[in-house]
Amino acid sequence: MTDESKEKDVLQEVTSGEYKYGFFTDIEADQAPKGLSEDIIRFISAKKEEPEWLLEFRLKAYRHWLTIEEPDWALLKHPPIDYQDIIYYSAPKKKKELSSLDEVDPELLDTFNKLGISLEEQKHLAGVAVDAVVDSVSVKTTFQETLKKHDIIFSSFSEAVQEHPDLVKKYLGSVVPYTDNYFAALNSAVFTDGSFCFIPKGVRCPIELSTYFRINAANTGQFERTLIVAEEGGYVSYLEGCTAPMRDENQLHAAIVELIALDNAEIKYSTVQNWYPGDKNGKGGIYNFVTKRGLCKGNSSKISWTQVETGSAITWKYPSCILLGDNSVGEFYSVAVTNNFQQADTGTKMMHLGKNTKSTIISKGISAGHSNNSYRGMVRVGKRAENARNFSQCDSLLLGDKCGAHTFPYIKTNNPTAIVEHEATTSKISEDQLFYCQQRGIDMEKSIGLIVNGYAKEVLNKLPMEFAVEAQKLLAITLEGSVG
Amino acid sequence: MNKTKQNYFPLEEALIKEFGKKAAVWTEDELPGISQLRHQALAAFKKTGFPHNKLEKWRSTDMEPVYQEPLTVHTEETTYDKKIDEIFQCDVHGFQARVLSMLNGSFYGPEESALTVSADGVIAGSLRKAQQKYPELVGQYYGKAKTAVPDGFKSANTAMARDGIFIYVPDNVEVKDSFQLIKILNKKGLMVHTRNLMVLGKNAKLTFLHCDDSVNHHEGLINTYTEVFLDENSELELYKLQNLNDETALVNQTVVHQSAYSRLKVNVMTLNGGLIRNEIVDQMDGEGAWSDINGLFLIDKEQHVDNQVYVYHNVPNCESNQLFKGVLDEQSLGVFNGFVYVAPDAQKTNAFQQSSNILMSRDAHIDTMPQLEIYADDVKCSHGATVGQLDKEALFYLMQRGIPFNDARMLLMYAFADEVLGKIAIEPLRVNIEDMVKRRLRGELSICDRCVLHCSHPDKPIEFDIDLSKI
Repeated sequence: MTDESKEKDVLQEVTSGEYKYGFFTDIEADQAPKGLSEDIIRFISAKKEEPEWLLEFRLKAYRHWLTIEEPDWALLKHPPIDYQDIIYYSAPKKKKELSSLDEVDPELLDTFNKLGISLEEQKHLAGVAVDAVVDSVSVKTTFQETLKKHDIIFSSFSEAVQEHPDLVKKYLGSVVPYTDNYFAALNSAVFTDGSFCFIPKGVRCPIELSTYFRINAANTGQFERTLIVAEEGGYVSYLEGCTAPMRDENQLHAAIVELIALDNAEIKYSTVQNWYPGDKNGKGGIYNFVTKRGLCKGNSSKISWTQVETGSAITWKYPSCILLGDNSVGEFYSVAVTNNFQQADTGTKMMHLGKNTKSTIISKGISAGHSNNSYRGMVRVGKRAENARNFSQCDSLLLGDKCGAHTFPYIKTNNPTAIVEHEATTSKISEDQLFYCQQRGIDMEKSIGLIVNGYAKEVLNKLPMEFAVEAQKLLAITLEGSVG
Repeated sequence: MNKTKQNYFPLEEALIKEFGKKAAVWTEDELPGISQLRHQALAAFKKTGFPHNKLEKWRSTDMEPVYQEPLTVHTEETTYDKKIDEIFQCDVHGFQARVLSMLNGSFYGPEESALTVSADGVIAGSLRKAQQKYPELVGQYYGKAKTAVPDGFKSANTAMARDGIFIYVPDNVEVKDSFQLIKILNKKGLMVHTRNLMVLGKNAKLTFLHCDDSVNHHEGLINTYTEVFLDENSELELYKLQNLNDETALVNQTVVHQSAYSRLKVNVMTLNGGLIRNEIVDQMDGEGAWSDINGLFLIDKEQHVDNQVYVYHNVPNCESNQLFKGVLDEQSLGVFNGFVYVAPDAQKTNAFQQSSNILMSRDAHIDTMPQLEIYADDVKCSHGATVGQLDKEALFYLMQRGIPFNDARMLLMYAFADEVLGKIAIEPLRVNIEDMVKRRLRGELSICDRCVLHCSHPDKPIEFDIDLSKI
C-alpha cells in the first residue's frame, strides 16, 4: 500500500468512529400530548405549579413566537422542523422523597455510571455538586448543605420558582428577552426545567457547580433554562455537560442560558456538549439551537465561556457577552469538532458598551467526514466604549477532503479608540508535523491524535480539571476509537 | 421578498414605466438575445425591487433614501456636440492613454470614433455599436457572467442599460497604451445604467483605467455592470478611480471570469463619493489563475463606501489576494465584505484577505466582514481584519525627533495607505495618485472640479515643515 492511500485509510478509520453513548433508559415518563398550543403551555405551567406571572410570561412568549419566522441565515441544512410533532413536557414519574442515593432509580444510576459520572463517586471525590437533569425534571441534587453554608442558592429552576420567586422574577428574561429570536421565544414559552444559581455578595463558590443534561424518552424536545446571578464580588465556576442516548428521529433542543455578573463578579461557564450526532450516514441526531448570553452588568465584572462541542447533528449556538460595565471582560474559548454529516454554526458576540472593556475570542474548528463547521462571530464596539480592545483568533483544521470549514466574522466599530483584531487560518493537518511525529516512531493514528489535541490545547486548558480530562476523551471519541 | 404593485419605491416605479415605454423601440436595433435578457431581467426586478438592508449582502448599506428621490431613469442617447475636453478636463501628467468617454450613460464621441478597430485587431468603443457590428462576438459573451448573488441592481442594469464600453483584445496581442474610461454625469437628477464588456483572448494583455467623476453637485445614481472574460494566460490590470460629489450614489458591479493561468490585478481607489458600492466578483474557472484585488478608501463627511469582494475558487491551484485599507474621518461609514469560496476539490488553493482600517473621528464607523467558505482540505487560506487608530508609539517616536504633530500624523497615514498605492504598476499613475492621496490626507483637496488626476502636481511635492532628509 502506498503511503498516501495508507494515510487516507488511517484518516478514514480515525474519523469514522461511532457514538459510544447510545443506550436508552426505560423510565416511565409523565408526558404531555404532542403539539404546541396555549393549552399545552397552561398544562406545563399547571404541572409545575407555577405562579400566575410566569404563565403570563410563557403566553406572551408564545404569542410572539407565532408572529416570527425561523431564521435561515446560518449555514445549516435540515428538513423543516414540525413544531407540532414534539412532546413539550415529559418528566420521570414522581417517586417518594429520597434521602440517600440508594433510593434513586437504579436504572438511572446505571445511566450515569455508563457516562462515567457516578453520583457516589462525585459526592466523595471531586467536590462537585451535581444537579442531574433527566428529561427536564431535576432528580437529585447533592452538596446542597455545603452550599447552604455560604448562602449560595443552587437548585433546579422549578424549585427556584417556588422558593425564590422574587429573584427569578427579577432576572428571568433580563439578558435574553423572549423577543430575542425564534428559538428563545419558543424556549420562553415551553421551558420545563433547568438550573438556577445565585451567588450572594462577596461569596466565592468553593466548589465547581455542575449539571448533566440528558435527553431521554423518544420525541421529547428538551427546553432548558439556566439562570446564574453573581452579586458584587461573587465568583462561580459552572459546568454543563451533555450526552444523549442514540435515537433515529431528530430531536430538538432549544435552551437558554442567562448569566448576570454585577460589580467585580466573575462567572466562568464551561460546556461539554456531546448530544447524539446522528449515525455515519447522517441519520438522526439532535438539533441544538441554543441562546446563551452573559451580561457584565457591573464594573470590572468578567464572564468567560468555554465550550467543547463534539455532538449534535446541528449546532446553532453563539454564547455572547454584553460588556456593559466599565473595565468588564468577556472571553470565549471554543473547540468545535464535526464529523460524518454533522453541521455546526457556532461562535460568539462581544458587545462592547462600557469603557475599557476587553474581549478575547479563541475558536478552533475541526471538521472531518462530510461535515460542515462554521465560525460566526460579531464584535461590536459602541459609541461610548472608550479604549475597547478585542482580539479574535479563529482557526480551522480540515481532516479529509469532503468536509467544509467556514469563517464569518462581523466587526462593527463605532469608536476611534477601539482596537479590534481578527485573524483566521484554515488548513489541513500539517504534513510536516505528521512527518516529524512519525519520524520519531509515533504511528500515524497517534500522531493525528497528538496534533489535534495540541491544536485544541489552548482551549482545553481553560476547562476546569475534571472537565478537561473528559473533553480530551470526547475529542478522541468523536474523531475515532483511540486517538489521544 | 415578493413585491406587489402597491409597495414599489418611486424610483422602481419610474424604472418599470420607462421600460414599458422603450422596450419595443429598443428591440429594433438589438440582438434578439439581448432583448430576451431584458425581459427576463425586468420580470426578476419586478419581484425583488432594489435591494434593501434586510438582505445579508446589503446589511450595512441602506439605499432607501435614494429610492425615494425623484430621479429620472435616463435612457436617452447623448448627442455629440462639443469636445469632451470642454465638458471635462482630464490629462494626467506623463500618462499615455487612449481615452473613451461616457456622458450621462451613453458613449460620447464623434460618430467615426464610436467603434474603432486597430491594426492588431483590438476593437474598442461603444457597446451598442459593437453589438450591431459584431453580433456574434458580443452575443457570445453578453450576459454570460455569473454574479455572486443576483440582486435588483443587476436586474435593473440588464433590463435598462443601452450602452457602455466594449473592448476586445484578440489572441496574443499586448495593448501597449492603456485605455482610460472617463464617465461623467453632468445633468441633474439622473439615474443611469451603463454596461461594459471586456474580452481578452489568449496571451492578451490590457491595462484599463476606469474613472468615475461628476462635474457638478447634482444628485444622481449610477448603476454600472461590467463583465470581463479573461482567456488563457491573459492579463488585465484594472484601476478604478472614484471621485464623485457627495450627492451622487454609485453602484458598481464587476464580474471577472478567469481561465487557466490568467492574471487579474484590480485597484479600487475611492477618494470621494456620496454613497459608493463596489462589488467585485472573481470567478476562477481555470487552473493556475491568479488575482490580486486591492482597495483604498479615504472618506470623510457623511460619505459611505461599501466594498464587496467575492472570490470563487472553482478549480484547484489558484491563488487570490485581497488587501483593503480605509481611513475614515468625520461621520463617514466604511464597509468591507470580503468573501472567499473554495469549491469541493479545489485543492492547493491559496487565498488571503486583509482588511485594515483607521478611524480618525468619534463618529466614523466601520463594518468589516472577511469571510471564508471552504470545502477542500489541501488549502492555505487566511484572513485578517484590524480596526484601530494610528500607533501612538510611532507618533511619539516621530514627534520626539522634531516632526510636528500634523506632519507626523500625515506621514503615518501615508505610510498606512502606501501598501496599497505601491501596488499600482503604472509609474505615472502611481505618482499622481500618491500625490493626490497626500493632498487628500492633508485636507487640501476634497473634490476636484476637474479630473482628480488633473489636480495632482507631483512636480510640486508637498512641503513638510521639517527637513525629511535629516530623519
